[in-house]
Order: sequence, then C-alpha cells, then structure tokens
Amino acid sequence: MRAVVLLSLFIHARSEWQSVIGLEIHAQIQSRSKLFSRAGTSYGASTNSQVSHFDAALPGTLPVLNRRCVEAGVLTALALGCDINMVSKFDRKHYFYADLPAGYQITQQRQPLAVNGQVTYVYQCSRTSRVERRSARLIQLQLEQDSGKSLHDSEQRLSLIDLNRAGVGLMEIVTAPDFCGGDDAASFVRDLRDVLVSIGTCDGKMAEGSLRVDANISVNRPGEEFGVRTEVKNLNSVKSMRAAINYEIERQIQILDTGGTVVNETRSFDLDTGETVAMRDKEKVLDYRFMPEPNLPPLVLYSQRESVPLSLPSSQRPNVVVLEEVQGQMKELPEDRRKRLETRYGVSLINSVILVRAELDELFETLVTSHGCDPGSASHVVRNNYNAFLDERKLTWRDSPIETSVLAEIVRLYHEGKVSGSAVSVLLSEKTLDGQLSVSEVIERHNLWMLRDTSVIEAAVTDVFSRNPKMIKAYKKGKVNQLDVLAAKVMKKLEGKADSRLVLTMVSERLKD
Amino acid sequence: MQHLSQKCLGVCWTFARLRAVRQLSSKVPPKPTWEKVDFDALPKVPEVDLALVEQLERISLVEFNNETGLEWLRSSVKSANRLHVVDTEGVEPLDNVLEDRELWLCEDQVTEGNCTEQVLLNALKTEEQYFVAPPGNVPLKKRDKQHLKLGLQEDEDSS
Repeated sequence: MRAVVLLSLFIHARSEWQSVIGLEIHAQIQSRSKLFSRAGTSYGASTNSQVSHFDAALPGTLPVLNRRCVEAGVLTALALGCDINMVSKFDRKHYFYADLPAGYQITQQRQPLAVNGQVTYVYQCSRTSRVERRSARLIQLQLEQDSGKSLHDSEQRLSLIDLNRAGVGLMEIVTAPDFCGGDDAASFVRDLRDVLVSIGTCDGKMAEGSLRVDANISVNRPGEEFGVRTEVKNLNSVKSMRAAINYEIERQIQILDTGGTVVNETRSFDLDTGETVAMRDKEKVLDYRFMPEPNLPPLVLYSQRESVPLSLPSSQRPNVVVLEEVQGQMKELPEDRRKRLETRYGVSLINSVILVRAELDELFETLVTSHGCDPGSASHVVRNNYNAFLDERKLTWRDSPIETSVLAEIVRLYHEGKVSGSAVSVLLSEKTLDGQLSVSEVIERHNLWMLRDTSVIEAAVTDVFSRNPKMIKAYKKGKVNQLDVLAAKVMKKLEGKADSRLVLTMVSERLKD
Repeated sequence: MQHLSQKCLGVCWTFARLRAVRQLSSKVPPKPTWEKVDFDALPKVPEVDLALVEQLERISLVEFNNETGLEWLRSSVKSANRLHVVDTEGVEPLDNVLEDRELWLCEDQVTEGNCTEQVLLNALKTEEQYFVAPPGNVPLKKRDKQHLKLGLQEDEDSS
C-alpha cells in the first residue's frame, strides 16, 4: 500500500519538481603507507597497530608527504580530464571528534591538486532498460587525510576509537550538481569506481569503506533557483546511495508540498529502514576555521624531468612528481574500451558496459580476432553465460577451467544454432566436471543438442496450451504479455533446448487459431 | 674539505645578503615604536548572545559560559580589531613562511607503526587496544516511533 502511495507521489512529483544532486566522493588511495606518515594501510589490521606517533597527533611530530599518494592523485586527475595545478597547497580543516586526534584534518581547500574535470559515464535506469551516455563536470580533486574509525557503544555510552585508518590518503572528488536522481548518481559512481580500479589508484571496495560518497540533494521547480540542500553522508554502497537519494528527494518534495521548509542539515542513511535521519552533532553549519597548513610548503609538480631545477638537493630530485612520467602509467580507460567494442565490433552499449565492467572485453576480443567467432554470438555467450559461470566460481577468465579455444568452439556451436543459450550454461558446468571429454562428447552425453524436430516442439506447445486455458483466454482478451509467459513455459518443458525465437513464433502462431 | 668550504661560502653569502637587505629596507624601524589606537574609530565589538557563545564553545572546546568568560571574549575581539589599522594595500597575503620552498616527498614504504602499546600509553582509558572516548555524533533516531505506533493501535481498538 505504502509503495503504491510512494510511487504515485513519485510520478505526480516528477511533473512539478526537479531534483539536483552533487556528489563528494572520498576514494582511499592505494598506497603502502599513509599520506603523511610511514605507518601501514592494510585493511583489517589489529586495532591501533598501524598508528605512528604523527597519526596519534603527538606533539612535535611533523607531516612528510607520500610521493605515491601525489602520483595517484595526479594519475586520477588526468584520467578524469582535470586541469592539474602545478603548485598546490595544504590547509587545515578544524573539527573536534575523537577519531581525529589532531583536532584538524589536513586537506586542500584553496589550491587543490586539480580542478575542472569532465567525465563521460553510462546512465543505466534501474526500472527500465534505458541506457545512455551522459557527462558530468568535476569541480576539483584534492588530497586529504582520512579519519580514524569509531565504534559506538550506546549502552555503555562510549565510543571505541581505532586510529588505523587515521591519516590514510584520500582523494576527494567534488562534482558539479549535474545529477538528477538516484540512478543517475549511482551510474556515475559505478563508472568512476571502474576508472579508479583500472588505473590502480583505489581498490574501489565500497564495503570496506575504500570508496564513500556524500550526496548533496535539493529540489526546485523547473526554471527556478536550486532549493535548500541537505547532505547525506557516508553512503558506502551503490544500492544505499540510490535508495538514500531517492528517499531524500521524496522527503523534501513532501515537506515542500505540505508548505514546510527544508532545513540545511547533515543526514545519515539507514539501509534497514530505508530512511535518512538527521545527525545530532551536525545540525548547525560547522565553522571549520580553515587556515593554511603551516608545516607544509607548497607542493610543486614538474611537467618534464628536465624542468626539475638543479637547485633541488640530489637526495630529493628522484622523489619529485613529473607529469610526463605519471602519464606513462596511464592504462586504457573503461570508456575507451567500451567505445572500441561498439565501433569495431558493433557491440551494443549495454553489452559493452557489462563486458568491460566484468573485465571480459579482452577475452571477447580474443574470441573474435584470434578464434574467428561472430561478435554478436560471442558477446551474447560471454555476457550471459560465461560471466555468470565465472561469477559463481569467483574466477577471472584467466584462471578459468574452460580454455579460450573451448569457449570459442561453444560460441561457434551457439552461433550455428546447434545449442541453445540455456544449454550453453549447462555445457560450461558439465565440461568443467568432465574435462577429458570434448565439447561434442559432453553435448552428446547430456543430450544438449538443439531440438531440430519441430513436432517435439509442437507437442510441447499443445501440452502447455491444454494446461493453461485461462492464460489463452486472457491473451485473447488483450493481455498480450501472456505470449512471453506461455513461450517461457514451453521452453521450460523442453529443458531450454530449443531456439527461443522459434518457440515464440510457434506459440504466437498457435494463439492465432 | 671542499664540501666544508662550500658551506662556508654559503653562510657568508647569506650574511652578505642579510646585511644588504637590512640596509636597503626602511620597513624595519631602528627602534620599536608604539602607536595609540583609537578604538572608537574601529568596528564595534558585536553583541555576544547565548547562541553565539554556545557555537563558539562548540568549535573551540573552551568553556566561557559565565560573566568573566564573556568579558574575556569581548576584550579579545576588541584587541583583535586593532588589525584593522594595519595597512595591507597592495600586499599579497603570506600563508606560509616557507612559501618560496617546495615540499619534499617521501618514498612509499612502511617504516612506522606496530607500536600499539606506546601509542595507547597516552590514553586515560582503553579497552582491548581501543581508545575509549565519550559518545560522538550518533544519528538522531526517531525515538517516539514506538510511542506513535501504540497510539495508532489504541485508536483502531476504540473504533
């Protein structure tokens, strides 16, 4: 009931309100040591074991910047089409919190590492099959320290503090308010995550907190200025991000529709209830008292090795960050890989998204170029059957028990209509179990050949029709979707061993009688 | 040896430069001076209300929620107001005395940490290698929810 009300509100609201979302993404930099100390960064290490004296903010300790973190920031900025600031500066952002021992975070507010990016991403709607390319602007990319972790014990009224994460390098990526809803923002973050993972600057493990998102959300009437925004903090899965944003948009619209006003506040999201909740300490806008970090001179980058000044001490010269050298570490980006699949092999946008995200695009290209497979059939089998096969076994295609030449043979049999799509899945598992047998022997043994005999299919159709008279009546009254349901029943009866298109035609022919 | 003489040269050079700067610069007065500040000409010390005090206490972790504290705050603001007298026309802000130097970077190698006991020595209270702190910003749950549900049920019963 509630869902129906919400849904109708949603549709109703769409016509009157538009929502605007900007994101702040915190991505942990993949580095051995922290941003300003040489303590380790492994996830799940013993409590407070990766804490240097600097991380615990002991008096007299000083920050020493990690070159790897700067390089990762520069590489990411280049991948996201940002302008790099050849001189950037560090600032202190003050707030009092038990997991921030110094009472301030070192960040880059006035002159960040990079500004003005542009990212192309693929929007995927979660309710329809709509897929399209979109573009979002980035405002800046800055380096900053992560905070420690708190465990709240509400019964004993205390917090337990683990500083292992305190001081780990973060890239904060700030976007322009270019998103219009949960799906849009979630699609962007998924693509951004793929970029970071492919260039190796962040492991992208949202469940471990390596990638966290804060969303700024407001609604306004079309043509009017942006409304008052709220910030939902610490969204650590794509799913909760989508749900939190959509919930918050509806909440704000309901407030405004009933004559209320939205308060500028920080909220957190509870995945169990699916609601956003105001956070106690941050009701008022905090005064962070930004000030230049007095312990750190400006960070200088060089475009080429030759431009490093001779005045720099020889001990320091190898440690400078040179743009040209960082550019050399660049990998082919997911968007370029998708584009290649589309233009060179005619793969659809959604299939190219799935193949690249699953890291199966290289396998696909090998199948087509070295084994002469048909691109359409290859993308179908790899995307649908092989992807699930590897997923279930938690394997990558490189350590798969199915050799590429065997997979190529299966793709060819599928393309020639000798085995059906669902038979391919069975074939993959059975071939793994009976490694000694050839593909055709496995097909023979498990009777997986595509049904050629139309009389068998006719018989199955007759059988399904006699069992489901109501559905046929419904179809004739205009419920056309019954056609697919009936075809699926026939396919199931035939154990998936028939050509699904043929079955569909035969069912629809029979329905005309 | 050669290294040493180079260093000596460097020191001499710095010395010479310092002297030159001293002689050329008229901005540093030979004797300290003291100018009277006309406080009436400066911006007024703003009204300090309770909300502001609470906000300041929150962001500074300093308690001044009594008359002496407030007086202290007013005089601090008044004192700071003297900065308005300083003429900064055409002077670029300096945010770091090291701004003509550049930051040195370090190799990404783990050489610190693994000193949990040492780090925890500072803590007043610990529990299983954790620091123990007072509760922080815990999300504000709707506490009256249960209560609301009970109310609804009663209504249904009576109807």
